[in-house]
Amino acid sequence: MAKIYSLKRSENAWNLALRRLWRDPVGRFSLGVVMGYLVLVGMVLAGWLGARWNDPVAVNYAPPTWCASAANRVTRPAGEAWDRRSVIPLYGWTDPLEPIWSEARAAAQRIQPEPVSYRLTLFFGADKWGRDVGQKVLKGTQTSVWVGLVAAFVATFIGTVLGALAGYYGRWVDDLLNGFYGVLTSIPYLLLVFAVAAVFQQKGVGTLILILGLTGWTGVFRLVRAEYLKHRTREYVLAAGALGASHGRRVWVHILPNVSHVILVQFSQNLVGFIKSEVILSFLGFGVPVSSVSWGSMLNEAQNELILGKWWQLGVTTVAMAIFVTASSLLTDALRDALDPRLNS
Amino acid sequence: MSGLLFLVRRLGQALLTLLGVILLVFVLFNWVGGDPALILAGKMASAQDLANVRHQLGLDRPLWQQFLDFVGQVLRGDYGESWATHEPVSAIFRSRLGPSLTLLIPMLVLETLVAVAVALLVAALRGSWLDQGVRMVSTVAMSVSLLVYIIVGQYVFAYLWGWFPVKGWSDSVLTNLRVYALLPVLLGLFVSVAPSIRLYRSFILEEIDQDFVRTARAKGLSETRILFVHVLRNAAIPIVTNVLMGLPGLLTGAFLLERFFAIPGIGREIILAVERSDFPLIKAITVYVAMATLAVNLLGDLCYRWLDPRVRLE
Repeated sequence: MAKIYSLKRSENAWNLALRRLWRDPVGRFSLGVVMGYLVLVGMVLAGWLGARWNDPVAVNYAPPTWCASAANRVTRPAGEAWDRRSVIPLYGWTDPLEPIWSEARAAAQRIQPEPVSYRLTLFFGADKWGRDVGQKVLKGTQTSVWVGLVAAFVATFIGTVLGALAGYYGRWVDDLLNGFYGVLTSIPYLLLVFAVAAVFQQKGVGTLILILGLTGWTGVFRLVRAEYLKHRTREYVLAAGALGASHGRRVWVHILPNVSHVILVQFSQNLVGFIKSEVILSFLGFGVPVSSVSWGSMLNEAQNELILGKWWQLGVTTVAMAIFVTASSLLTDALRDALDPRLNS
Repeated sequence: MSGLLFLVRRLGQALLTLLGVILLVFVLFNWVGGDPALILAGKMASAQDLANVRHQLGLDRPLWQQFLDFVGQVLRGDYGESWATHEPVSAIFRSRLGPSLTLLIPMLVLETLVAVAVALLVAALRGSWLDQGVRMVSTVAMSVSLLVYIIVGQYVFAYLWGWFPVKGWSDSVLTNLRVYALLPVLLGLFVSVAPSIRLYRSFILEEIDQDFVRTARAKGLSETRILFVHVLRNAAIPIVTNVLMGLPGLLTGAFLLERFFAIPGIGREIILAVERSDFPLIKAITVYVAMATLAVNLLGDLCYRWLDPRVRLE
């Protein structure tokens, strides 16, 4: 039998977008950089990298290797940290505290029986306590990017659900949610974040994610709501309704894939915004606790170090953050172009 | 829709939103925030101390009564005393407003002028190396945390080179403007100008492609006249709205500058209040700033209707 017609399956929209993104050199490059950071974050989370960020491995403020002399190690005798140079014996007096000090020295010998060797220089330098800035920046990158990612997931989820409900159902649902949106947006973003941070008494990565996620969903809400308003009267949705699809099915199965590109772009934009907010919060001491490290807490330490002329922690943190944020912003723009259905290639 | 009806409706909407803000702040601080008596009475407090503090703050009364109290406070503009310094909160707010405005008004004016000038230039030379260069530089500049600009700027210009005082503030507005606010304003300008340039460039480009520009060109008008008179006047509407809308954000946006340069403004006060868990102060500042935002938004809408006759017809 002769073939009368052939149905060619049209190309999947996501494949098309990915192909467009890949054809754009800026998109390809920024995607690569962002993926590289994500792999890094995964490796730190798995404990393969940056696990020893809290160990004092070098002398205080050990400079970066390329701007220091060749001698590379210094050995400190056992129990040295607790030793004391008393000035009193110089004058021929007996130190009244001597029994206490000798006891402390003996305890120190027990805790640190071997002489410890510290590095004089490190590739990225060391901080005030002799911790490796290279290890710290790995761990800090993981904390900041992880907080940004999870908070962006939370915010995108809340914004999408509320936006879909408001846009699709309209009427009082829309009035109520839109009113809530109006309330949240009438408080400037950082002030809102501060107010919520003041209310949550405990610090930590979880709290940070909660603060950023709960306050940052308004942008997603506005766009998703507008898209649902537009889509709910489109023919394909009406047809789905006529075929007996329930409201829930129409909202989540039929319309959602058609607005998912808006959501993806918003997610990527939120990621950058949240990372910047995390850095500010941690810098001010409202973010990660002292037992952890992030780009913001590193900048906080770096501020005091800079006055002493120790610039390396500031430099390394700034570069690590600038590369990621630039790549993410460029990727957001490239994604927007690649996913725009009006542009045909 | 007639102007008066529009005004009444928008006013009603703004008041309703303000009520929502008051409710949100109340829920956050009186319900989510847990028991403030635990913070206030200190770590060594006995059960009797806690009960006393609760009674003093009126926390032992039902929630709806506490809410009505808070609404009354907002209406009277009297938020009680700060938990940390025992000054009246409204007095703190009033005394911190001046320094913030001393910093913000020059920043806003300079930023608008610079951003509009650069945006006009790069929009007129669209696609040229200058346009591409400005876009590239502003993308990279925006990716460095503003903290870094402030830290490095203060260190290099004030501490190393001594061009400006490292920090400080005086009682005279003129001295402040001439001496102390200079470096913060310049740094704030540098940090905030890049996103504005990008935004204004897109506003201007939208107008440059319109038919009336082609007509003006066909009439033989010079390019500068087209750009400065025809294009700029039309692009001014979104620009003015944007400047107005950005005003309340600036009020808190400069808080990092205020902290670094020890300027006794509202932003620094917020950070202090969060550090000290000074709930009455945070509540008051949040409500005040929300009021300012709503007022400015209303003003922006009215401006928009007044400047753009097309909006009135809808």
